[in-house]
Amino acid sequence: MKTRITLTVNSEGRELLVPVHKTLLEVLREDLGLIGTKHGCELGECGTCTVLVDGEPTLSCLALPADLEGLAITTVEGMARGGELHPLQQAFAELGAAQCGYCTPGILLTAQALLADEPQPSRGRIREALAGNLCRCTGYTKILDAVELAALRMSPSGSRV
Amino acid sequence: MKDQFTVVGQPLPKIDAWAKVTGETRYADDLVLPRMAFGKLLRSPHAHARIRAIDTSRARALPGVYAVITGHDLPRVKFGILPVSQDEEALCTEKVRMVGDAVAAVAAVDEETADAACRLIDVEYEPLPALMSIHESLAHPEVRIHEYGDGPNVHKNVALQFGDVEQALAASHLVREDVFYFEGNTHLPMEQHAAVAHFGPDGKLTLWSSTQTPHYVHRLLGKILDLPGAHIRVIAAPVGGGFGGKLDPFAHEIAACKLSQLIGRPVKIACTREEVFYIHRGRHPVLMWIRTGFTRDGDITGCHLRTWLDGGAYGSYGVASTFYTGVINPVTYKMPVYKFEGARVFTNKPPCGPKRGHGTPQPRFALECQLDKAAEQLGLDPADLRKRILQEPFTKTANHLTVTTIGLGECIDKVVEASGWRDKRARFAAAAKTSKPLWQSRKRKGIGIAGSAYMTGAGTAIYWNNMPHSGVVVRADRSGGVTILCGATDIGQGSDSILAYLPAEVLGLDPKDVHVHPADTSLTPVDLGSYSSRVTLMCGVAAIQAATRLRTAIARAVAAKLEVAPEQLVFRERKVGVLDDWEKAMPFAQAVELGEAMHGVLAFPGSYAPPKRAGKYKGGGVGPSPCYSYSACVVELTVDEDTGWIELDDVWIAHDIGRALNPLLVEGQVEGSIYMGIGEALMEGQVFRKGLHKHPSLLEYKSPTTLETPPIHTFLVETDDPEGPFGAKEAGQGPLLPVIPAIANAIYHAVGVRMDEVPITPDMVLRGLELKRQGKPARIGPDRLPLFRFKEPLAVESAFGQPADAVAVRPFADPSA
Repeated sequence: MKTRITLTVNSEGRELLVPVHKTLLEVLREDLGLIGTKHGCELGECGTCTVLVDGEPTLSCLALPADLEGLAITTVEGMARGGELHPLQQAFAELGAAQCGYCTPGILLTAQALLADEPQPSRGRIREALAGNLCRCTGYTKILDAVELAALRMSPSGSRV
Repeated sequence: MKDQFTVVGQPLPKIDAWAKVTGETRYADDLVLPRMAFGKLLRSPHAHARIRAIDTSRARALPGVYAVITGHDLPRVKFGILPVSQDEEALCTEKVRMVGDAVAAVAAVDEETADAACRLIDVEYEPLPALMSIHESLAHPEVRIHEYGDGPNVHKNVALQFGDVEQALAASHLVREDVFYFEGNTHLPMEQHAAVAHFGPDGKLTLWSSTQTPHYVHRLLGKILDLPGAHIRVIAAPVGGGFGGKLDPFAHEIAACKLSQLIGRPVKIACTREEVFYIHRGRHPVLMWIRTGFTRDGDITGCHLRTWLDGGAYGSYGVASTFYTGVINPVTYKMPVYKFEGARVFTNKPPCGPKRGHGTPQPRFALECQLDKAAEQLGLDPADLRKRILQEPFTKTANHLTVTTIGLGECIDKVVEASGWRDKRARFAAAAKTSKPLWQSRKRKGIGIAGSAYMTGAGTAIYWNNMPHSGVVVRADRSGGVTILCGATDIGQGSDSILAYLPAEVLGLDPKDVHVHPADTSLTPVDLGSYSSRVTLMCGVAAIQAATRLRTAIARAVAAKLEVAPEQLVFRERKVGVLDDWEKAMPFAQAVELGEAMHGVLAFPGSYAPPKRAGKYKGGGVGPSPCYSYSACVVELTVDEDTGWIELDDVWIAHDIGRALNPLLVEGQVEGSIYMGIGEALMEGQVFRKGLHKHPSLLEYKSPTTLETPPIHTFLVETDDPEGPFGAKEAGQGPLLPVIPAIANAIYHAVGVRMDEVPITPDMVLRGLELKRQGKPARIGPDRLPLFRFKEPLAVESAFGQPADAVAVRPFADPSA
């Protein structure tokens, strides 16, 4: 059974006709072509498919689009402003925080949500916030460094770091 | 020299970093082609069973199903990555040997329909006894998993002896005999394997796949599908994590190709996470017995190692893995005589293969823990003992491996100093002697050390040949850009970036001016693949050679124009000119035009093959490498005596990288290796019950999160190795090795319990503490070895201490050729 829904993804309204049981992950990737959202398990275990729903990190593999009408969905494609990368994206690239890059979109969005709540988190808080996102390449070290650098750059005094 | 580099040594972003942080990178499962169908594999629910019959009629009748195939629709030929182990079928026809063996494949209009069709395939199995461990497989020769090998259920039996070990041990002050077990574990890349195959109307096949070895897949697909290789193109998509798990040709790749051929549409097969656990090819479980002699001062007199590998259901890289559990050990410390016996045993579990460190983390764990025990018995500091016995640079080992530069001593100094080793060693030991009352929290701190060595690229290819191991073509464009074609596969380690940095360095360009086109068998020269830590060294040397040839050609043309000698010309800042007269230097783009006018198309090859210096004995081809990297690691941790919980406080790692071509990338490889080693030491294990994988999921298969990963303090030691590109060695695998024994040694330092088995879990710590309380030997580890006859060893003279062979044949190295 298919249902007609309207999703707001990266500030754009998108009308869709999708099977009711199709997950947000599948709809983003297959119906909207937003392949930046990755799947690591499709069981809600690894954090790879994380997107933001009204600013909250949400596992898109467990979310059903029909529940999300009227809410703001943000994927990694929605992080940059025009041609300007989000400070997190910039810092991840500069510091080598993305190796294979597969977990990167989910981690970027989780970190974005953290910085929205806590602009200057401690390293311990960053570790806690990212504990649900598995990365097998980096040992997390460069990821934590990059979130700290982005937080610093986003602070009023840190724009030139 | 170092000061003259402009690109090398800079902490530059990877050239693909921008695509990766914006979600633009297209991995295999992100590819969508018009009219594409979706495939699924039906996998065996039995660990060992004969296939009586497969009926696909109900599946074929399901609306939306395009095709259903079994092994009978494929050429009846067995394959395997190693020529000596041709034992796999993409779809099993007679027998399944593990839960997860594929028996049929479906292509349908969508994934859901393909899944439904799989459930409509009727397979009649006759279950056979499942052998789930080394002991079981050796104890039941009447049950045969394969009909080939070196004995019933024995895939490989090897024995090598370099000098008279018994005599050396007899003359030793101390002889230690220890038994260790290293549980198997898996790569767990975040990207599940995926493949898209398109058999075009022109009769040509293109396969996009998440593979680390497009060349080997290309070679084998021709045989497996009975198609001319010239009509097959394999493209490795950017790989979302490999670690050795994407090095074989796999059932889903082959089935996608065949299905596409049959239905005339592109076919995608994307594996589920559970399937990735069955594909496996991960760390071998290894049981080890090691007997080592020492002088009173701690010098090793000789070593005898026996290993039993649980290979799982298929050969895969297992013959190489078996050798690797033995042959790299003598590279680290002086070991005048050495004997190694190894056996790989088939079991009804997912096949093991190469995982980061391929076959070496297990014996490294054994050797480094044994050194810790010996140091204690000899009254020596474990760091001092290791420094005393370092292998000599530019010599040969007992087993005829040529060692070049060695930075291990400096690595040990770095981690000892940075960690406060001497102070903490004494302080924690003193604290351990005090007893705390039961009502107080009883947490104990410990600090442990280990060293290691690893190869920078295998000295021989998987199939015997005299061709380059890595090839690069550089092409200059009139715009001033340069294109690099190379078969290397970027699995996140940054090989694409290395392929931009090195030509940029040689040609005085910015890496952004270099366009890298990797891993496409129809376009790029062969690179053997992303394994054995070979890529930076082999592609790197080839890329430097190609770029140097281009520079020489351009220099000739510019020299003629400027009326100077070509040798006077400098390439830098995107210009070519004479340093004393830099105002007249011309833009690189103009220099390219002059070069093209003089020579025609500016495209030059670079080739690399390792120096030929394998030991002249059977088996001597496994182990040689152009050079070896070295690492030293100190771990500080806290053990809770009430719960057995182990908390890592800090890890210090120093790595001999030869030269850091990009320190940021090297650190990333080192940190990732430490992380993966921590997982293997403390939580990761492939565990089976009644033939079934106990936890084929990311939630239950425990791996470290940010919370379990401690601060990692990384130090890079540069030894400028003559074999490496600008002196560089590997970074991707070696640093994993020492962290596992360093953890076990630190636990002993904290609570006095020897952990001779990994992963080390809290219940093991508590069992060890209980044994200690009872006054029994406080050791957790295996207590029995299988009854097994190794082969009569091949006796070879020890080459220990002989000078390195400086005149080894270096194929393709002549720059003027």
